[in-house]
Amino acid sequence: MSEKKEIDDLSGTETTGHEWDGIKELNTPLPRWWITIFYACIVWAIGYWIVMPAWPTLNGYTHGLFNHSQRDDVTAKVAALQFARADREKELAHASLTQIQSNPDLLQFAQAEGKAAFGDNCAPCHGSGGQGAHGYPNLNDDVWLWGGKLSDIQHTITVGVRSTAPDTRSSQMPAFGRDAILKPEQVDDLTEYVVHLSGRAADAGAIRRAAPLFADNCAACHGPQGKGNRQYGAPNLTDNEWLYGPTRDDIHDQIWNGHGGVMPTWGGRLSPETIKSLAVYVHGLGGGE
Amino acid sequence: MQTQTEAGWRLDLFLLPLIVFLGFCAGLSEAALSPDPAMAIQGWTFAACMAFIGCWYLWMYSSRQPADERGPYTDGVIKAGVVAAVFWGIAGMLVGLIIALQLCFPHIFYVPDWAWSSFGRLRPLHTSAVIFAFGGNVLIATSFYVVQRTCKARLWGGSLPWFVFWGYNTFIILAGTGYLLGITQAREYAEPEWYADIWLTIVWVSYLLTFLGAIWKRKEPHIYVANWFYLAFIVTIAILHIVNNLAMPVSLLDSKSYSLFSGVQDALIQWWYGHNAVGFFLTAGFLGIVYYFIPKRAERPVYSYRLSIIHFWSLIFIYIWAGPHHLLYTALPEWVQTLGMTFSIILWMPSWGGMINGLMTLSGAWDKLRTDPVLRMMIVSLAFYGMATFEGPAMSIKTVNALSHYTNWTIGHVHSGALGWVGYVSFGALYCLGPWLWKKKLYSNALVEWHFWISTLGIVLYITSMWVAGIMQGLMWRAYNDFGFLEYSFVEVVQAMHPYYIIRAIGGALYLAGALIMAYNLWRTARDGEPVPAALPHPVSNILAGEAA
Repeated sequence: MSEKKEIDDLSGTETTGHEWDGIKELNTPLPRWWITIFYACIVWAIGYWIVMPAWPTLNGYTHGLFNHSQRDDVTAKVAALQFARADREKELAHASLTQIQSNPDLLQFAQAEGKAAFGDNCAPCHGSGGQGAHGYPNLNDDVWLWGGKLSDIQHTITVGVRSTAPDTRSSQMPAFGRDAILKPEQVDDLTEYVVHLSGRAADAGAIRRAAPLFADNCAACHGPQGKGNRQYGAPNLTDNEWLYGPTRDDIHDQIWNGHGGVMPTWGGRLSPETIKSLAVYVHGLGGGE
Repeated sequence: MQTQTEAGWRLDLFLLPLIVFLGFCAGLSEAALSPDPAMAIQGWTFAACMAFIGCWYLWMYSSRQPADERGPYTDGVIKAGVVAAVFWGIAGMLVGLIIALQLCFPHIFYVPDWAWSSFGRLRPLHTSAVIFAFGGNVLIATSFYVVQRTCKARLWGGSLPWFVFWGYNTFIILAGTGYLLGITQAREYAEPEWYADIWLTIVWVSYLLTFLGAIWKRKEPHIYVANWFYLAFIVTIAILHIVNNLAMPVSLLDSKSYSLFSGVQDALIQWWYGHNAVGFFLTAGFLGIVYYFIPKRAERPVYSYRLSIIHFWSLIFIYIWAGPHHLLYTALPEWVQTLGMTFSIILWMPSWGGMINGLMTLSGAWDKLRTDPVLRMMIVSLAFYGMATFEGPAMSIKTVNALSHYTNWTIGHVHSGALGWVGYVSFGALYCLGPWLWKKKLYSNALVEWHFWISTLGIVLYITSMWVAGIMQGLMWRAYNDFGFLEYSFVEVVQAMHPYYIIRAIGGALYLAGALIMAYNLWRTARDGEPVPAALPHPVSNILAGEAA
C-alpha cells in the first residue's frame, strides 16, 4: 500500500496516492458540464418549488405563486367536456329513438357516444366489432333473439337477459338430457330433427320419430315450424344461424344442457342517453329492423 | 495475511446452527399446526431448507479445517453465489418469457386448472427471481469478493457468510413458492408475507455484520469507493425492508398480515420502498460492481476520485426523495408529487456521475473494447445505465408521466435498466469471477461474443417494441373524437399491443438464450478450463506476492 501520489502516464493526471488491490484513483476534477447541469437542475427545482405547491409547513403546505391545484384542473376539464357535449345530450334526452335516427347531426353524435360506450361495456362479450362469439350473439346480422327494432334493442340493454333486474328479459330452455326429461335416444332423434329444420340432410327415421317430440317439447317456444319466438328469446332454428354452434355435437349439447346466457342490466349503470345511443349504434351495425 | 485457524469453541458454530434449529422448529410447527394449507406447505418448505443448512453445517465442520477457511479469503461462499446467480438468473428469465407469451397468446398459455400458472402469480415470481434471486446473489457474491480484496481482510464471523448465502436463498425459495401458492401482501417488489420478511431481516443483519466486520478489520487506511456503494445498498435496503413490511399477522399460524399503514400513506411508503429498491438495490449495489470490476478488468485507474465522492453522496441523499413520482396524478397531495418530481430531475447528474466515472476509466484503454467482450459488456451496461437514468427523470416530469404512466413505456424503461444495465454488469462480473475463483482461463471468448450480440439484439427488440407500444397505448387512451367521446375502447388498445408483445417475447427469448450460453461457458470454465499459470497477474496471487514482499 503506497500513499505516493504519482502521475498517470496515459492521462497525465495525478493519482490520489491510494491503492486497493491494484486499483488506483486519478484526481481528475469534476467535469465542468456535469457540475453545470447538476446546478442547473437544482436551480430549476427551486424555481418550480416557488411556482408550484411544494413544501409542507406546520399547518399545510406552500401553495406556490399560482395557487395551482390538480383537483381544480381535472374538475375544470371534466366540466369543459360535459359542457361541450351538453346541448346534444339534452337533445338526446328528449328525442325519441326514431327522431334521433332522422336527425343526421344528432345521429352522428349518438353513434359516437354509442361506439365509446359499446367498446368499454359490450365489446368484452360481443366483440369489439359486435361480431359475437360462441354463446354471445352476433349484433351485425339480422338475426335477433329478442327483437331488432330500436325499441327492442333499447329495452334489452336496459333490463338485460336473465339479469338481476326485476323486469329482465327471461326464459329458460330445459336441460332435456341432463335433467332426464327426455331419453338419450330421443335427444339424438331431436338433434337430427333440428339439423333437418335448418335445411341439411338428416336421418329420415330419426326425423319421423322426433316429429311428435318436437311438437310436445319444443314447439311451445320455437314454434311448430321451428321459426322461433322473440317473446321468449327462442331462436329461429331454420335460418342456419347458431348461437351455440352448428354441428350435430353442438346442437345435441344445447338440447341436452339447455344453455342460456346472461346479459347484465345496464339500466342502473348507464344513463338513459347512453343507452339510447347504444341502441342507435347497435341498430346501425347492420341488422337493425 | 494469516489464515484463521481458531481452535476450539467458536461462537458462530454455536449461534448460527442454533438459529437454523429454531427455524427448523418454527417451520415444523407451522406445518403441523396451521389450518391454512398454503401456510403448512410454506412451513414444510422452510423446515426442509433449515434441515439442509443444518446438514451442511455438520458436513462442512466435521472436518477440522473447512475448505473455505484455508485460503487468505473466504471464497467458497462466493463460488456458491456465482452458481446460484446463474441458476436463478436463467429461472427468472424463463418465467419472464413465459409471462410474455401469456400476454401474446392468452388462449394457449392459460390453464384454468393450474392456478399457480396464472399471470398474477408468475409475474411476481419473475420480478423477484431476476431482481432478488439473480441480482441479490450477484450482489452478495461480488460484495464478498470486493470487500475482502480491497480491505485485505476476511469476511467477519467464521461461517456467517455461508449463513447469509443459505439464509438468503432460503428466503428466495420461501418467497417464490409462496407466490405460486397464492400468498402475497400485494406490495410490488415486497410481495413476501410477514414470516418471510422476518427471516430476511435476520439474514440481512447477518449480511451487514459480516460485511462491516471485513471493513472494520481492514488493513488499508481508506475504504474503497466500491465498498461505500455496497454499504449504502445493505444499510438502506435494511431500512426500506423493515419499514415497508411493518404489518400485523392475522395469527402466527396464518400467512396473511395487514400493513400498519393505510390509504395514501400506505401507497407512499410502498413507493418510497419500491423506488429505492431500484435506487439502492439495482443502482448503488451494482455501481459497487462497476467501481471494482471495470478498473480491474481495464487495468486503468478510476477516472475521478472527486466525482466518486460527489456523485455518491448526492445519489444517496437525493434518491431517497424520488419515490412519489410513482404516484403522480393520484390521491397523493400535490406538494408531495412536486417534491418527488423535482428531486428526480436533480437526480439526473448524480446518476450519470457513476456512468462517467466508469466510462472514462477506459480512457487510454478504449482498444480493449475490441478484444475483450467481457469489458465491452460492462461498458455497454453503463451506456444503458446512462440511458435509463436519463429516461427515468424525464418520465417523472408530470406531463410526460401523464402519457407514460400505466403503459408499456414503463415496462420498456424498466427493462432497459434491468436487461441493459443490471444484467450486463452482472454478466461482466460473473465472467470475471468464474475464472478468478476457479483459477482457470475462461473457456471461450467467442461464446462471450455470441452472448453479447444475441442479448444486445434481444434488448433492442425488447425496449424499442415497448417504447412504441407504450407511447401508442398512452396516445390511444387519451384520444377523443370531435364529439368529446373516447376514440378507442380498452380492448382495442389491447389488440393494438399484440404485435409488439410478440416482438417483446422474441427479444426476451434472445436474452435468455444469451444467458444460457453464459451458463455453458462458465460451467466449461470451471470443469475443464485451462489452469491459470501462477505467473499471470491474478488478484489473489497479487496480494500474496504483495504480502511476501
